[in-house]
Amino acid sequence: MSDPKSAIALPAYARSLGIKLHGFEGDLPVLTVEFGPSVEGRPQHFHGGATSGLLENAGYAALRTVLIRENRHPRLKPVNITVQFLAAGKSIPSFAQGRITRLGRRNANITVEAWQDDRDRPIATAIMNILMADEPE
Amino acid sequence: MTKETAKFDPAQAATFFTRHGHSGWLDLAYRDNGENWVELELPWREDLLGEEDRQVLASGPIISLMDMASGMAIWTTMGDFTPIATLDLRVDYQRPARERAAVIGRVECYRTTRSAAFVRGVAHDGDPDDPVAHIAGVFMTIQRDSRKGKVPVTAASGSEAGTGDE
Repeated sequence: MSDPKSAIALPAYARSLGIKLHGFEGDLPVLTVEFGPSVEGRPQHFHGGATSGLLENAGYAALRTVLIRENRHPRLKPVNITVQFLAAGKSIPSFAQGRITRLGRRNANITVEAWQDDRDRPIATAIMNILMADEPE
Repeated sequence: MTKETAKFDPAQAATFFTRHGHSGWLDLAYRDNGENWVELELPWREDLLGEEDRQVLASGPIISLMDMASGMAIWTTMGDFTPIATLDLRVDYQRPARERAAVIGRVECYRTTRSAAFVRGVAHDGDPDDPVAHIAGVFMTIQRDSRKGKVPVTAASGSEAGTGDE
């Protein structure tokens, strides 16, 4: 079996922003980012773009985790993302986890939630469509 | 502290926004603006890549670029630095940005109401007719007191006049 850790090898952008793997909840990864200058929008609050970055990376991490379990290694291409902002992100750590709503052969539909101190009160949600192109042999 | 009477100037405001916080971290730069639109640039940078083996900007920073350009387009349209919050932002990715290319985001605020502002925009890497992404978003104005509450109404009529092309 493939190492599930490789599923959450985060891209340069995510590492640079400070996004890290927090752990696994159920079978799927939870990502986290501390509050700091790189994610700050208006004073002492998360920038919507930084929250979106966390959501998007959690979506990819969830999809890669599931694909590796199925021994699939396609190249992933973003189709779109729609982010709903539900509450201001305060100056405390944020977390995000994606789940696969539908996994087809060519397309995956993923729902992602981000939260802070209360798991039941998300600060933002996202829906992502990702195309899966066959990996060249 | 804020000068209530001064009209919002995106070029001047950008000198502050692009030096602080997330926008400063991304090195966003002001390029241009009109009555209801603002154009910002996201420079290419190695630590903003989305994939290990390709020199292409990640999609996350493009969302940040467009979110920031959206906010500035709304303030420019309203002529006022009124507090706003992103409600909903959709990004449709047309294609990856070219390798080592900066991405330019141009967003227009096409409608404001008493409590909401609607934006749409394009991200491209040199040719606006061959975009990297299209975006659409809705922002809410945050009304903190009754005096502030009057601002969106004035701004809405101002925007209608400003986009009438008379």
